[in-house]
Amino acid sequence: MSIDIKIRNGFNLNLNGEANKILSESERSKTFALKPTDFFCLKPKLLVREADKVKKGTPLFFSKNNPRIHFVSPVAGEILAISRGQKRKILEVVISSQKNNNDSVKFKTTNFKNFSADEIKDILLKSGSWPFILQRPYGIIAQPEDKPVAIYISTYSTSPLDVDFDFILKNKKEDFQLGLSILSKLTHTLYLTVDSNFPSFFEKFKDASILKVKGPHPAGNIGVQIHNHKPISPGEKVWTVKPEDVSNIGSLFKNGEFCSDRTVAVVGPTVKNPQYFTSKIGTSISSILKKIEVDKSKECRLINGDVYSGKTTDIDGYLSYSNNLLTIIPEGKDYRMFGWLPFKDNFIPSISKTSFSRFLNKRKLEVSTNLNGEERAMVVTGEMEKVFPMDIFPMQLIKACLNQDIERMEALGIYEVVPEDFGLIDFSSSSKIEAQEIIKKGIELIINEES
Amino acid sequence: MEFIRKRLDKIRKPFNEGEKFERFAPAVNAFDTFLFVPNHTTKSGSHIRDAVDLKRTMVTVIIALLPALFYGIYNTGYQYFIQTNLEFTFLDAMLHGSKKILPMIAVSYTVGLLIEFIFAIYRGHEVNEGYLVTGLLIPMIMPVDIPLWMVAVSVAFAVLIAKEAFGGTGMNILNPALTARAFAFFAYPTYMSGNKVWVSEASNLDGISGETILGFLAAGNKIDYTFTEMFNGSIPGSIAETSTLWILVGAIILIFTGVASWRIIVGGILGASLVGVLFNLWGINPLMQFDWINHLVVGGFAFGIVFMATDPVSASQTQTGKWIYGFLVGVFCILIRVFNPAYPEGVMLAILLMNVFAPTIDHYVIERNIKKRHLRWESSKIKLS
Repeated sequence: MSIDIKIRNGFNLNLNGEANKILSESERSKTFALKPTDFFCLKPKLLVREADKVKKGTPLFFSKNNPRIHFVSPVAGEILAISRGQKRKILEVVISSQKNNNDSVKFKTTNFKNFSADEIKDILLKSGSWPFILQRPYGIIAQPEDKPVAIYISTYSTSPLDVDFDFILKNKKEDFQLGLSILSKLTHTLYLTVDSNFPSFFEKFKDASILKVKGPHPAGNIGVQIHNHKPISPGEKVWTVKPEDVSNIGSLFKNGEFCSDRTVAVVGPTVKNPQYFTSKIGTSISSILKKIEVDKSKECRLINGDVYSGKTTDIDGYLSYSNNLLTIIPEGKDYRMFGWLPFKDNFIPSISKTSFSRFLNKRKLEVSTNLNGEERAMVVTGEMEKVFPMDIFPMQLIKACLNQDIERMEALGIYEVVPEDFGLIDFSSSSKIEAQEIIKKGIELIINEES
Repeated sequence: MEFIRKRLDKIRKPFNEGEKFERFAPAVNAFDTFLFVPNHTTKSGSHIRDAVDLKRTMVTVIIALLPALFYGIYNTGYQYFIQTNLEFTFLDAMLHGSKKILPMIAVSYTVGLLIEFIFAIYRGHEVNEGYLVTGLLIPMIMPVDIPLWMVAVSVAFAVLIAKEAFGGTGMNILNPALTARAFAFFAYPTYMSGNKVWVSEASNLDGISGETILGFLAAGNKIDYTFTEMFNGSIPGSIAETSTLWILVGAIILIFTGVASWRIIVGGILGASLVGVLFNLWGINPLMQFDWINHLVVGGFAFGIVFMATDPVSASQTQTGKWIYGFLVGVFCILIRVFNPAYPEGVMLAILLMNVFAPTIDHYVIERNIKKRHLRWESSKIKLS
């Protein structure tokens, strides 16, 4: 079997608490929320007010930069609250859903096989399915006016405790194929990346070129795959879609209504029954956790996403837009005596050779949110390259971002990265630098400069 | 443990945020975090972090230095007792060496850390661990008979001029420990070379003298040490540089733990060997005739390439650059030794010189990457149009 993308530098962190292959329906959520903050650099403009009645598919807000891009309600119900943060920034649009209310906005899609690319885009935009499509560079929502050189869909997940897309899409093959066929009309080539170790049903799909990927995390990061396949240049746009969103797009064209399906895996070392749930976009986290048993003896952190790049949330929070993973790990608010001794406390996961933890079985590893040190100046060199499989100098790029030197950032390859590619650098840095935060600020600077 | 923690929390209360002595928190934190890894949790970015931190990295270097240090202490005593023809045991030698060297280490740490603490409080950042290594390195590369006040002045110069003037840990261009030695070397040359400084008490007692092997050779003399003696380190020289054997043990620790770059070390050995072999073929003076393999074990080459050239801040920062940097340190070390008899110990100047050129090496390595990217951009533009 030939391998198309081979990644050498990286690290697979095996943690306890991977989701069992069990799929059940989550408890019905009474409230749902759409969060503009789930989208990088989005400036939302509201279309609804509190107490408005909405159908499933009714637009709630749109992007100020491109008013064609709508964000729609995942369920039918009533706007319960619009919560705002500092400077009246919109944080959440909360919808209370009513039982047995299945009103939805309908579209004519019966004839979609003959649709042109523009007609497809039109349906995707109007139905509110457009935000499923992100673009590189920057990792922001794609611009419908662009013609991307390629669309990449990654079904290979490598971050700790991440979901298995084979399992999530097992019952949605038909919708997934439909989604692929529709997306393939928007671009020249559509690439579907798969795990080279496991022959999965993904390889049998039509209208997509299969790329086999091999290697440790971050090999599953779509940016790493694109960079090692065909790195992007300025002016070029590449689009990316998450696998479940492809099947949601397929379902939209099959049924003529916005599909807000979201399968969520609840994982983590303190979860007693880690498993998958079928749910909807923006479901309240409390409803997902109703069927989950967590070790109550420890204070825990809820993460929307994986342990490297997810966002902290709490029991009153809501599931992030394109997120399939809810990770629960213990908070590490305790002191550790003489933690600086090499080869002490090997139970803490470590890439460094000053610890034996990489020889330990995953059952013996104890992960927590402790920083395991304090932030320091960047001293050690060469450690970032070990976990960064791109032909880019990561430390120099980080320094260029800190200096806000846009020209240098461009020259060093800022277009080819997004913050999540620096997740392992965050983790492994002996100086405890916040690489993802620095890169995010760097990209924001470029976007603001351009607009 | 719980008890100590509680006491500590009580002691440090006035230094916490919003309290009376908040400004001095970095000083207290330095001691606190030495005892306990703090309870800080991740706020942004990755939610989990590696067990390694800068403290652990620096402590690993100190552990790697210990074999060479202990041998250095022993050798100080050994050289003294051999010269005075006194009966001595291993313990006597260790005691004599300790009496000489421990005060130097104490002075180096006291002066250096004092400056570091003052700067940390003044600048409002935490005390960086880098000085734990620098402070031990400085006495280890000094002649044993150097007066303590000279150690203090050299340390102050190194920390103030070589490090803090550039912005502190992580920003310095020159290796601070070598800067301290270079300062002493040029400021107090009579205490840093000749045949009266390398053996303990030689400056006080007429009967004792000892020149380093390189000094001997530079003066045009033949030496009568065997390779084994030179490799084991029972020769006069700076305190911890003499024993290639124990330095090698340190090198293995550093490479095994991944703390030092093996690329620099291997590159340096290759560079020095190559130039050594070439000079052997040429061979017109004693230093050129000196076997290339002996060049690797005498003087400060081994110590320099393992512990000084690998300082990640002042070395090249790119992986390719590290090969070039290491190789050139080796080349220049032997070149300076052979061509400039006034400075028989070339490694110090070779590393300082390459410290200055490391950013240039990195510049060209990075420029190549940038050029590659620009070429790709050009070709994609042609395709698009």
